[in-house]
Amino acid sequence: MKKRSFTEKVVKAGLLLVIAGVVVWAFAAGSFQLMIDRPGDLIYLLLQHLQLVGLSALLAVAAAVPAGIIVTRERFRKLQWIATNFANLGQTIPSLAILALVMSYLGIGYQTAVFALWINSLLPILRNTIAGLENVSPSILDAGKGMGMSPGQIFWKLELPNASYAILAGIRTSIVINVGTATLAFLIGGGGLGDFIFTGISLYDTGIMLAGALPVMVLAVIIDFVLGKLERVVIPKGLQRNLETL
Amino acid sequence: MIVFDNATKIYESADKKVKAVDRINLHVEEGQICVFLGPSGCGKTTLLRMVNRLIPLSGGAIHVNGKSIESFDTIELRRSIGYVIQQIGLFPNMTIEQNICVVPKLLGWDRKKMQNRYDELMELMGLNPDEYRKRYPWELSGGQQQRIGVARALAADPPVMLMDEPFGALDPIMRERIQNEFLRIQQNVKKTILFVSHDIDEAIRLGDKIAIFKAGQLMQYGTPDEILSNPKDEFVEDFVGGDRALKRLTLLTVHDLFFKLKHPRKLNGDARHSGSPTIDMETNLRTALSVILSSPTGEAVVADSKNNHVGLLNLHDFEALADIHPFELKSSV
Repeated sequence: MKKRSFTEKVVKAGLLLVIAGVVVWAFAAGSFQLMIDRPGDLIYLLLQHLQLVGLSALLAVAAAVPAGIIVTRERFRKLQWIATNFANLGQTIPSLAILALVMSYLGIGYQTAVFALWINSLLPILRNTIAGLENVSPSILDAGKGMGMSPGQIFWKLELPNASYAILAGIRTSIVINVGTATLAFLIGGGGLGDFIFTGISLYDTGIMLAGALPVMVLAVIIDFVLGKLERVVIPKGLQRNLETL
Repeated sequence: MIVFDNATKIYESADKKVKAVDRINLHVEEGQICVFLGPSGCGKTTLLRMVNRLIPLSGGAIHVNGKSIESFDTIELRRSIGYVIQQIGLFPNMTIEQNICVVPKLLGWDRKKMQNRYDELMELMGLNPDEYRKRYPWELSGGQQQRIGVARALAADPPVMLMDEPFGALDPIMRERIQNEFLRIQQNVKKTILFVSHDIDEAIRLGDKIAIFKAGQLMQYGTPDEILSNPKDEFVEDFVGGDRALKRLTLLTVHDLFFKLKHPRKLNGDARHSGSPTIDMETNLRTALSVILSSPTGEAVVADSKNNHVGLLNLHDFEALADIHPFELKSSV
C-alpha cells in the first residue's frame, strides 16, 4: 500500500513537471502574450472545442450504452459481434482518415467533426459496457432470480449498478481521448483549439501552436479529474473499494 | 411439506437425451431438514433448483404445502421460498440491511416493518444489527457473509428454504460452527429445508432425513442412522465410507449405550479409577470411544448432568451396540 502511494506520487509529480515544462516553454515562446492580447479568440475556440467534445460524447453515450445493454441480453446475444466489429472499425481507422471519409459525404464543417468524433468514441464505451455487464457475477444474478426478482428488477437493481464502474470508466477514457482528437476538427472546418495548433504549425510559430496545445492539455487533465469525482458520486458505495485501491 | 411425484428433468442435446433427474419420488415432512447427498453431477442441485422453477420440470410434479408449483406465478413462488447458494450471492452494491430486506421490499413491506425484521434476524444470527446496518458485503468475513445469506433467505419468513451447499466454501472450523448455529436457528424457526451437500459428515450432522442420489436416481432415502447402519447397496455403502460404523457413533450418546447395557458397571469408590477420564451422558459415542482408547486404565467414568459419577464404560461395552437395532437406540434418546 505504501509502495503504491509512493509510485503514485512519483507519477503525479512527473506529470506536473511535464505540464510545468510546457507552461515555461509556452511562456518563452510568447503564447501567454498571445492569449492576453486576444482573449476573445481563446475563449471562443475553447468553448467550440468543449462543444465538439461534449456533443460527440453525449451522442456516443446515448448510442453505445444502450447498444451494449441490448447485445448482452440473452435474446440479442448473437448481435454482439456485429456491434463490437462496427465499433472496432471506428477505432482502427485513424482519426484523420475518418475525417476524410466522413467529409466526402457530409461536407465540411461542425456536424462532420461531431460525427467523426462520435464514431471515434463509440468503442471504449461499448466495450466497457459489454464487459461490465458480462462480468457481473453469475451468483448475484442467480440469487436475484431465485429470490423472485423480475428481469427488469435484476437489470436495474443488480446488473446496472454492478456494471457502473466499468461503464463509467469507458466513458471517461473515451471523453479524455476525444479532447485530444477534437483538435483535428480544425482540418475540416470544425473549429476548436486545433485552430491555434495548426496555424502555429503552418507559420512555424511555436507561440501560437502552444497557445492551442497547452489549453488542450489542461482541459484533458481537468476533465479527467472531474469525471473521476463524478464516478465517486454515481457508483454505489459498496463498489467503491475498487476506486480506493486504484 | 414438499412432495416430489415422479419429478423428472431431461436435457436434450443433439441426438441424445440425458436424464439429469429421473423419476424422483420423495416426501419431505414439514419442519424437517432433508439433505440431498451425492457426488457431483448426480442431479441433486438440479432437483433443488426445480423446486423454485429456476429449472423447469420435464415431467412429473412437485408440490409445496399441498399445491403444485406449476399453479403459482413463477415470481410469486420464488418470493415465497428462501434461497441460499454456495457463492452466497450477496449484492455488493447494497448495504447489509438492504441485502436482507430484498424480498420484503419486493413484497412491498413498509419501512418500519422491514427495519424490525432486520433487527430481529440479525439478533437471531448473533450479529449486532446497528454495527452492520450501513456496511457493505465486502467488509465482512466469509462466515459473516454466509450468515447474512441465511438471514436474507429467512427475511420474508418463507415456510420452505432451499440451500445449495451453503457452507461449502467455508473452512472446516468455521463450517462446523455455522452448522451448529444453523441447527440452533432451525430449532427456533422450524422451516422445511432442502439442503444440498456432497459432504456425508455435514449430512449426518444436519439432516433429519438424507436422500442419496446417483446419476439422477434416488438410491436411498432415510434417517442418517438408517443410512449408516443399513446402506441399501454398494454405492451407498461406498459413499458413506468405510468408517460408517464410527460415523454412526456420532449419532448416539453415552446415555444411549449406558442404559442399554445389561450389567452397567457401577462405581464403588475404587481408587483404581482415579486415573480414568470423565465423560458425561451427552457426549457422543465417537468421542467417548476416543476418550476410552486413550485412557490409561482403558475405562472412562460416566457422569450425569449433575456431575455425579454413575458408572464406568470400557471398550467391551461397545460390543453391546452390535446386538442393538438402531431404531431402539434412537427411541431412547
